[in-house]
Amino acid sequence: MTILAKHASYKLAYDALRAHGVDPFNVRFDSVLSPTEGMLNGRRTILLGTNNYLGLTFDPDCIAEAVEATKRQGTGTTGSRIANGSYDGHLRLEERLAAFYGRKHAMVFSTGYQANLGVLSTLVGRGDHLMLDADSHASIYDGSRLGGAEVIRFRHNSPDDLYKRLRRLAGSPGERLIVVEGIYSMVGDTAPLEEIAAVKRETGAYLLVDEAHSLGVLGATGRGLAEAAGVEEDVDFIVGTFSKSLGSVGGFCVSDTADFDIMRVVCRPYMFTASLPPGVIASTLEALHKLETQPRLRVNLMRNAKRLHDGLGALGFTTGPQANPIVAVVMPDQEMAVTFWKMLLESGLYLNLALPPATPSNAPLLRTSVSAAHTTGQIDAALDIFAQVGRNLNCLPADRRRAGGVV
Amino acid sequence: MRETRQLALVASNTPVAGKPVRGEIAAIFEQVLGHPVQITDGTDIVEDLGLDSLGVMNFVMAIEDFYDISIPLDRIAQVETVGDLIHAVEQLRSGVPA
Repeated sequence: MTILAKHASYKLAYDALRAHGVDPFNVRFDSVLSPTEGMLNGRRTILLGTNNYLGLTFDPDCIAEAVEATKRQGTGTTGSRIANGSYDGHLRLEERLAAFYGRKHAMVFSTGYQANLGVLSTLVGRGDHLMLDADSHASIYDGSRLGGAEVIRFRHNSPDDLYKRLRRLAGSPGERLIVVEGIYSMVGDTAPLEEIAAVKRETGAYLLVDEAHSLGVLGATGRGLAEAAGVEEDVDFIVGTFSKSLGSVGGFCVSDTADFDIMRVVCRPYMFTASLPPGVIASTLEALHKLETQPRLRVNLMRNAKRLHDGLGALGFTTGPQANPIVAVVMPDQEMAVTFWKMLLESGLYLNLALPPATPSNAPLLRTSVSAAHTTGQIDAALDIFAQVGRNLNCLPADRRRAGGVV
Repeated sequence: MRETRQLALVASNTPVAGKPVRGEIAAIFEQVLGHPVQITDGTDIVEDLGLDSLGVMNFVMAIEDFYDISIPLDRIAQVETVGDLIHAVEQLRSGVPA
């Protein structure tokens, strides 16, 4: 370690983790077979932690569109849209996104991370106030630093704490922008958006909702939490990603804000990175079409989420409060979490090991994400594996262990 | 709820003399950590008091509630010692802009 010596404490923790004979942050699949299965160390493994909510990564129509666009327009754009120009696909996707959300404007970014980086750093700057939920995703924190606005955290999902902090700002100049997420990525809880919208209205702030994990998941037509909570009119900006429910990669922002297009020449994470390749744009357009025309996908997704959430609860595991497609199992300590995760993997079940400080509390999590493409059989197989490992590790409450035994 | 109760305790039990802010901050530390602490201006909040990042956040939020201020993230990033924290709190209370 030389110039990287400053990261010594992380290296120590990472080495200790790898001493278990696993590397949860560097899993190498031999191949990925479908939205729900991969080969890992020669073993067929259920994928229960890949945010592939609608299971569209292997959709034949999405693949066909991507192949066709790649053949017609090439593998990449080799540069940014301000330098190399926009392809018709970029413009069509922006039109389609705006229409889907019923908004005037849409802007596509090359990743969801860059969408947050770009939008947050451009909407607010020096002299403005950015109000972040304390459990915000890293891309939101990083975007907040890029713009130079004063950043204030409020307690996770607490409209009261948000209100208190906005009240403290009364009289000081500058815009206020509230940022929350539709579904929080670690334990799958949703923001109390109706109450937050009320705070927004009362304090004259702007409101941005990151629907990364809720696009295609929540709302009558899949537009996300703002739709589900009935407060779309109060949400000034929606940010999202193509890399979860839409099965590709990229990010976007939609809004009705009048001067929206100025962002295209001032938003650096949009201007100074290569635009999405034609194949990605084409599969995303097709996936958006599927999302809009096949509500059955959302029905299957929520059925699977409920089956997994309820099943884990019945086994005696502690999970998040809501049966959303992200279901996190709380582990008592890191030792148990790593051992549990390793045994799940060896039993043919892949999910995410989430360790502090990435988790919202000091508890490590086994984080699962469910897909519409999972069969009931796969969900039940995953529950069986959880039950077996839980019994082997004495990690289930005593009174539930017998119940687990009959699974 | 829990934090509101803790803060009420802090508010009623704090001896205010000499350096009031330091005494108040020490009392809040004790509430968050659950045991008595000896602090001086030079005490390093992470190294000497053993708070992890989540602990620091809870502690900062307790300080913010007690003084009815919000400490912006860039200010928190500059705070290493108790002295830095006292300075930041005093500045924010007197309305010095970030």
